[in-house]
Order: sequence, then C-alpha cells, then structure tokens
Amino acid sequence: MNILGKRYFFFGLSLLIIISGLVLLFTNKIPLSIDFTGGSLLEVTFNDQTPEPGEIIAVYDEANIRDVQVQTSDAGSYIVRSQFLDNEQRDAVINALTENIGAVDVIRFDSVGPSIGQQVTTRGAIAVAISSFLVVLFIAWSFRGVQNAFRYGVCAILAMIHDVAIIFAITGFGTWLLGWEIDSLFLTALLTVIGFSMQDTIVVFDRIRENANIYRRLDYETLVNHSIVQTLQRSINTQLMTVEFLLLALALFGGVTLQEFASILLIGLLSGTYSSIFIAAPLLVLWEKEEWKNWFGRRATA
Amino acid sequence: MTRNLYTRLALIFFIAAVALLVDMRSDIQISNPFNDSVLYRRSVAPRLGLDLQGGLQVLLEADVPETTNVDAQEMETARTIVENRTNALGVSENVIQLAGDRRIVGEFPGAEDADAILDIIQQTGLMEFVDTGDFRPEEGSIIETDFAGGTTAEPTPTPTDENGTNPQPVYHTIMTGKELTSVNVGVNAAGQPAVDFVLSPEGATIFAQHTAANIGKVLTITLDKRVVSAPGIEGAIPDGQGQISGAFTTEGANALAVQLRYGSLPVPLKVVETRIIGPTLGEDSLEKSLLAGVIGLTIVILFMGIYYRLPGITADVSILLYAAILFAVFKFLGVTLTLPGIAGIMLSTGSALDANILVFERLKEELRGGRVLRQAFDQAWSRAWPSIRDSNIAALITSAILFWFGNTFGATIVKGFSLTLAIGVVISLFSSLYITRTFLALALEWFKPKNLERWFGI
Repeated sequence: MNILGKRYFFFGLSLLIIISGLVLLFTNKIPLSIDFTGGSLLEVTFNDQTPEPGEIIAVYDEANIRDVQVQTSDAGSYIVRSQFLDNEQRDAVINALTENIGAVDVIRFDSVGPSIGQQVTTRGAIAVAISSFLVVLFIAWSFRGVQNAFRYGVCAILAMIHDVAIIFAITGFGTWLLGWEIDSLFLTALLTVIGFSMQDTIVVFDRIRENANIYRRLDYETLVNHSIVQTLQRSINTQLMTVEFLLLALALFGGVTLQEFASILLIGLLSGTYSSIFIAAPLLVLWEKEEWKNWFGRRATA
Repeated sequence: MTRNLYTRLALIFFIAAVALLVDMRSDIQISNPFNDSVLYRRSVAPRLGLDLQGGLQVLLEADVPETTNVDAQEMETARTIVENRTNALGVSENVIQLAGDRRIVGEFPGAEDADAILDIIQQTGLMEFVDTGDFRPEEGSIIETDFAGGTTAEPTPTPTDENGTNPQPVYHTIMTGKELTSVNVGVNAAGQPAVDFVLSPEGATIFAQHTAANIGKVLTITLDKRVVSAPGIEGAIPDGQGQISGAFTTEGANALAVQLRYGSLPVPLKVVETRIIGPTLGEDSLEKSLLAGVIGLTIVILFMGIYYRLPGITADVSILLYAAILFAVFKFLGVTLTLPGIAGIMLSTGSALDANILVFERLKEELRGGRVLRQAFDQAWSRAWPSIRDSNIAALITSAILFWFGNTFGATIVKGFSLTLAIGVVISLFSSLYITRTFLALALEWFKPKNLERWFGI
C-alpha cells in the first residue's frame, strides 16, 4: 500500500477543508458565546404563552438593554442573549416579561464580565503553546537515536495544528449550517483533540524510530510508508472501534447541549488519527527530501 | 514470561477490593480494633460539578486596580470569610476556591436563589446589635445569634443537647448594620477613640424602643459574630445616634469604621460572573452521559473480546478494573466531576485501550512472524512499551501545563479536564501494563492454548 505517494492529494484535501471552513467562519463573524465576549444569557420557558421573539426583544428594548438576540430551543424554551446584566437588571427583565407576556420559569442565567473570557483564552493559547514546545523538546530527546530527531517533534506539532485548524473549519461549517457557537465546551473539545493528536502521532512515529534502526539501508520514503502500514491496523482499531464508540454513544444519546460538543470531538479525534498517517508522516518525508525546493520553478531531475 | 504471577494477582485483587469498597460507600472509616476510637475517616461521596447537577456559580474578583498586587494571605482570608458566610445559608457542598491571585470561584450545587447568595457574599461586615440580657461577653469572643443572614430576624428556639442543658446560648439580634447610615471615627467622653454611628429612621425606632425597655441590660455589638463592644444600656436613645466605644486605638477605631462601611473582607470583592445552571439541564446531561458511557463501554468490551479473543477478554477485565480504580481515586481525592472532566476520562480510557491494542497487534505480528508464544508474549510488551511510554508522557506533560494554567487563572474547565486526564493516564498505564499482562500470562498458563487462530484471532 503506497500512502506516501499520494501525499500531495492528502495535503490538498486538508487544505481545501481548512480554508473553506475558515473562510465560512470568518465571513460569518465568529460566533463567540458570552463565555468569551461577556454578556448575559437568559433561558426561560413561558408557562402558557408562546410569544414571538419580537415580543421579547420589545421587552428588552423597553428596559434599555442592547444587543438582544432571541433563539428558541427544541425544548420550547427561549434563549435570550444580551449585553451584560447585573442581578437587578435581570430581575427587572424577568418581572417585565411576566407582566407583558406571562409567567416565566428561569432555566438558565449566565452573566459574564467582558474581561474574563478574553484573558483566559489568550492565556490558554499560551499554555497550549508552552506545552507544545515542551512536547517538541521531549520528542526530540526521546527520538535522539534516529537522525534529525527534532523534525519528529515539529511534525507532531504541525499535525496537531492541522487538527486544531480542522476543528475550527468544521465549526465554520457548523455555524453556517446549524448555528453552532464557540463556547466553553468547544474549548474542552479542543483540548481533548490536542491531547489525542499528540499521543496518536507519537505511536506512528515510534514505529518509524524502531524500523529506522532495523532497516538501515531502506530509503526514507519506503521506510516511513512501511511503518505507517504496519501501524495501520492499530490506528484503525484504536480510532474507530474504541474512542469513536465512546463518542458515538455520546452524540446519539447526549443531551442537546452535548451534541455540538460531541460532534466536534468526533471529527477532531478522527482528524487526530488521519493527520498522524496522512499529514505528520508525509511531512517527515517532505522535509527529508526538501521538496519545497521543487515547488516553484522546474522540477529537479529525479 | 512473567515472574511472581500469583503475587501480582494477589496485589491486583487487593487493589480491586479496596477500589470497589471505596466505590460503593459514601464514607470510609477505619476503627482501632482495641478500642472504639476511629483511626481514620474520610468522606468519599461522589462530587458532581455544577454542569452535571445544576446550581449557581459566582466568580468574584478583587475590586482593586489591575496594577495593584493583591496579598495572597488577604485573598485567603477573604475566601475563608466568604466560605463562612455562605455556609451559614445551609446550602450543602459549597465549594469556595481561590482562582489565581485575584479571583474567588464559589460553586453552590442545587442553589437557585442567586440573590440570596450574592447578598450574603457581598454583605458588608455583618454588624449586629445583640440583646445579651445581663451577660457581658468578653471583647473579641464569638457569640451565637439568631440572625442567620436572611432578611428576617425572627428569634429561633435555642438548641439544646440531650441533657437539656444549653451548650451555646443563642442571643437575639435586635437589628443589623444595615440600619447604619453613617459611620465615623470620633472620641468618647474620656477622650479615647470611638466609632460614632447614625441610624436610619427605622433603625432609630427599633433602637429607641429597645433601649427604653432594657435599661440596665447589656447591648452587645458584634461584627461577623465577634464581639466588638458590650456596653450597658444607661438610658433610652431616641435619636438614632450612638457611639461604640471599647479599648480602641485610633487605628483600631478607623479599621472598624472602614469595615462597617465597606465590609469586613480584607480585600473588596466584586461579582464578575454569575451562572445559574438549570437542574433539568444537569440531570438530562448526567443521565444521558451515563447511559452513553455504559453503551460505549459495552461495545468496546464486545469488540475487544471478539476481535482479539483471549487477550481481548483479559483486556476487558483490566479495563473494568481501570474504571473501578479510577472512580475510587476520584472519590477518594474528592475530584469534582464535570463535563470537561468526563472528556478527560474518555481520553484516558481511550489511551488505556490503545495501549492494549498496541500490545495485542504486536503480539499478533510476532506470532505471524513465527515466534513461539512465550517469546511473542515478551516481545509484544517490550516492543510496544516505548510507544506507550512516550505517548503517555506527552499526555502528562500537556496535562501538567494545562493544570497549572487552569489553576493559576481560574479556568475551571481546563483544570477539570487536565486533572482527570493525568490521573486517568497514570491508572491506564497500570491497567494495561500490569493488570492485562498478569491476567494474560495466567490465562496462557492455565489454558495452554494450542490453536493460535482460535485463541488469538490471527
């Protein structure tokens, strides 16, 4: 099985998904939840009435509260997002809703100061960057027995970045088609995929490390391809039969709030396995052959 | 093959028994066999996060300019005060934690009335005027009052123990510091520093009535239940103006005035975030996630058994033990289980399975390569070890950094995820390297399988 021969096809496929997804994400104005932007979210059900969203917005307007968006959920509740409300404003809104429309039950109320999310996100990204750097160092040290050990660490991180990009791209499709939102559970999914991606890539690289010492004469591309094929059964089993099952069950049976989370996780983990085989390992070969020298201009004689 | 198989087996049984014991109980207790004293006791009730069971989350931040450093000791004191105040509400299982160097996260499972909790947290130093009758408490001592923090100050029956005596008298609070309209530092008749206060009209009425009816009795003034001053009532005070005098220095009087005005917290706190998480959302998520977990695990167990045959079945047993040990460790350490935590568990369960699969694929490879069973068995573990080791170390590095980050900046999601991941990874290593190996070696010894195709599915 020659997987590496088609490496530019896989690079192209990933790029196509990532670019189109990211374009969708950015053209649709990134749908950050109040976890990041700050603001309030009030979810209510009305006991008897089923008002139009416009009626609810009118109540908010009356109270001089801006940036109001109303969404209805499958369960028949109304999710109202708005600027940051303190407790007095919240009580005022609930009273006004009761007076103007009808008795309400508050299901959920989130109120997040605008400074928090930004700060946590930025620093979270820094934390991920620091841990990625440490993982590169660790892999370089652990692979010191083979040539260019440092490349393995870098390629593992590139594969991880690929998976993160895929998640954002999928979220782009999700916001476009299904009205997804980037909330704190999204972060959880992201972290899980980052952890999985590194683990998975290291397992594939480990086989290259082992084979490099056994088949010293083999050219690098054949060696890497052989290693991928050897670990393929394990990759498929670990991926499809185990992790995916846990998640598939979650996606099917999880509550409404979990479905977006589960879908992102599902695709992210799939991408984690995919990228180890079709991105990380081919990148090693690309680096070894310094193929970028041939990308522009005339191809060197083979 | 593997040595000391029966010692290993005994150790596994012992660990499994302890784990199951912890799993099934809500608290554990070890008694001294020679007398009835309790040597060790620990509550191991499962703790569910707010996202799973619903409740209220409040994030408080030191209300000082960004550039000002907040003293860690002061934040800890503030945290303790908040904890004490909210415990008075009678809400169980409150968790009040420091998050980073300037924030405090309060979680109140099952709580729905956000206002009551916020009122309690934000109350200024709770000053009470307490009727202690003829009793003159020591300054600085702590007394019980019947004011529990609600808006009503109705007297409650004095609690008594079995003997009918009164272990800790509960005094009636006449009114609280809410009725204060202004607080200033002044001097008393003897020229010593004192705190002058003026009461609201309602407060003045209550005060006038009480002082008129209780001349000669003691009116104790407390701050957060601590006695500040216990003057005798010398006459009715009709105009709502009074003075607290005690053994104050000027600084002491100043500090008291500030506390009364702005609260007794060493650091002023503001609410930056409140979340009410509906119990229905919580129950829904929890039940369905549990169901999903059970289904997922069943499929995994079936698959491992069918695909990998004998090794798969030993892996199934070790995965179940992994789950039992993991749950026991969580309960013992008091880890709060949240959705991100469950994600961490899933990832580490995945890596436990992956380690087994790596070994078994290796085992098949070696068997196909024509090795005898004993050699193949040893080779499988030693060859799979570097990949298991390195991938798990990478996971531990990541979770350590994320845990540090989550802990420092109060990102509870990141913290919950990384903690369960790290614990899970460590236990998964034990499960796949020690338990599976022992069971498989034992199984090979007992059954001495000959037909490799049937027993190993190659």
